Amino acid sequence: MTATKAPTEPPGQRTVRRPGDRLFAASAKGSGIFILLVLAGVAAFLISRALPALVAPAEDIPGGAGLAGYIAPLVVGTLLAAVLALLVATPLAVAIALYVAYYAPRRVAAALGYVIDLLAAIPSVVYGFWGLTVLAPALLPFHEWAAEYLGWIPLFAGPASNTGRTMFTVGLVLAVMILPIISAISREVFIQAPALHREAALALGATRWEMIKMAVIPYGKSGVIAGAMLGLGRALGETMAVAIVLSGGAAATLNLISNSSPSTIASNIALRFPEATGLDVNTLIASGLVLFLITLAVNMLARWIVNRRADFSGAN
Amino acid sequence: MAKRIEVSDLNIYYGNFLAVEGVNVAIEPRSITALIGPSGCGKSTFLRSLNRMHEVLPGARVEGKVVMDGQDLYAADTDPVDVRRSIGMVFQRPNPFPTMSIYDNVIAGNRLNSKRMKKAEADEVVEKSLRGANLWAEVKDRLDRPGSGLSGGQQQRLCIARAIAVEPDVLLMDEPCSALDPISTLAIEDLMAELKERFTIVIVTHNMQQAARVSEQTGFFNLNGVGQPGRLIEFNPTEKIFSNPDEKATEDYISGRFG
Ligand SMILES: Nc1ncnc2c1ncn2[C@@H]1O[C@H](COP(=O)(O)OP(=O)(O)OP(=O)(O)O)[C@@H](O)[C@H]1O
Ligand SMILES: [Mg+2]
Repeated sequence: MTATKAPTEPPGQRTVRRPGDRLFAASAKGSGIFILLVLAGVAAFLISRALPALVAPAEDIPGGAGLAGYIAPLVVGTLLAAVLALLVATPLAVAIALYVAYYAPRRVAAALGYVIDLLAAIPSVVYGFWGLTVLAPALLPFHEWAAEYLGWIPLFAGPASNTGRTMFTVGLVLAVMILPIISAISREVFIQAPALHREAALALGATRWEMIKMAVIPYGKSGVIAGAMLGLGRALGETMAVAIVLSGGAAATLNLISNSSPSTIASNIALRFPEATGLDVNTLIASGLVLFLITLAVNMLARWIVNRRADFSGAN
Repeated sequence: MAKRIEVSDLNIYYGNFLAVEGVNVAIEPRSITALIGPSGCGKSTFLRSLNRMHEVLPGARVEGKVVMDGQDLYAADTDPVDVRRSIGMVFQRPNPFPTMSIYDNVIAGNRLNSKRMKKAEADEVVEKSLRGANLWAEVKDRLDRPGSGLSGGQQQRLCIARAIAVEPDVLLMDEPCSALDPISTLAIEDLMAELKERFTIVIVTHNMQQAARVSEQTGFFNLNGVGQPGRLIEFNPTEKIFSNPDEKATEDYISGRFG
């Protein structure tokens, strides 16, 4: 959260406040406070329920390696899946958005827009089964190829999975899932790049692609980042699709293509919660608290990136 | 290098709407040509058809010929991108790129034309162009700041610097001073007087004194009624237009009598 300071009134200068202004200011402030209260409530709930696990002796935690030992692999799995999804989805989404906004004939653009929005409406269980039954087998050859030729990169250390139910497959499924969000938001901001500046670029003798590089992408950058953050939020919190596809191991490994990839926090909670009792519940909630903190950190990082060059954002 | 532009039988459309009809005119190199006329008569439309910016709008098209030093600008094998590289344009509203620094704004066009430029070379172009646009003294200490942080008049001169940095053959200006104070306006008029040594300049203006002050030739556009296409009614040396025009409509417009 960034707090913007309200402009302070110079002393001795009274401004007339109209009822409409006052009403709007009050309701905006109220909504802002409400959101903060909800967030604080969630955090308080998580902390209070996680507390027993935080103070319990290490051997009582499932797995017997203490709370950190339990959560660490899940954190690795969560970040790995989400980052992979984001790395695959963002460039693709930006390309799709640019195509729809500036290259496609109007009819094609509209049709493509519908298809992408439709992708967003498919329930995640369907993505999960698609990943399990279609994508995982289809990616098997790639797993073998990567283990053989890219094995020197830790991410592809192997041994290659024989089922395809790996972090790599999960990352791709998640990428497809977050693609619609990122591309829809990117498309909106790209379309709104001011005609004034697009024409300035064209009049300088820019080709369409150069015009896009000069006047559209810089203008839409913060929107793309915002879209990517929304997508990342969905990827971090996704439960069903990950739970179905991944045959999670328990090692905190970066290996994308073996059977031992760790599960993600959200899918681990979804899988274990129904049968959990006593301290197990507290442990799961503690992992939820960690996910909450990760999400918060990621969002603050994104804000910081966006604000770093606010002068040049085109918003002034 | 300044070039001569010849326009023959030019019709300009927005979709099915004929906005400008039957323009025939020759624009001389190393001189300033002013275009005047009431609002909506097609001055901007005509100006934008000279560097093929008109067709950027969906459905917009042109019939007829525009020839620059023998090269048909609307020939099938002429690339509009090349046309725009040799015919620069300054818009009515200042439009520096807000996401670029002042420095990067000035050489934005050069970066397109010759991808790689040595730093020293770029510095030289930036200084020369900003000096040319009478802006150097005001911005030389903040070249790395965003262009949108300048005043309106400074922004417009920045846009002029950007347009002349690529050394175009022709410079088109659409009411470049309409948002400026008298001092900035005079600065830009002085600038145009200098620039015409090197470029062919065409300027659209609503300011009759400005047309009289800066231009050698003046064209008067008019339209007969709403929904009718605009036409070039008269094109003559500026002195003649303002003292003894051939057409009654021109005289009425210049002296403030309409209809
Ligand atoms: N994008 C557009 N789509 C459709 N019609 C347009 C468009 N732009 C201009 N026109 C029409 O073309 C005609 C000429 O417009 P133009 O902008 O060239 O006038 P102008 O002489 O530059 O006027 P002004 O002095 O007010 O700038 C007008 O009838 C206008 O409504
Ligand atoms: Mg105009």
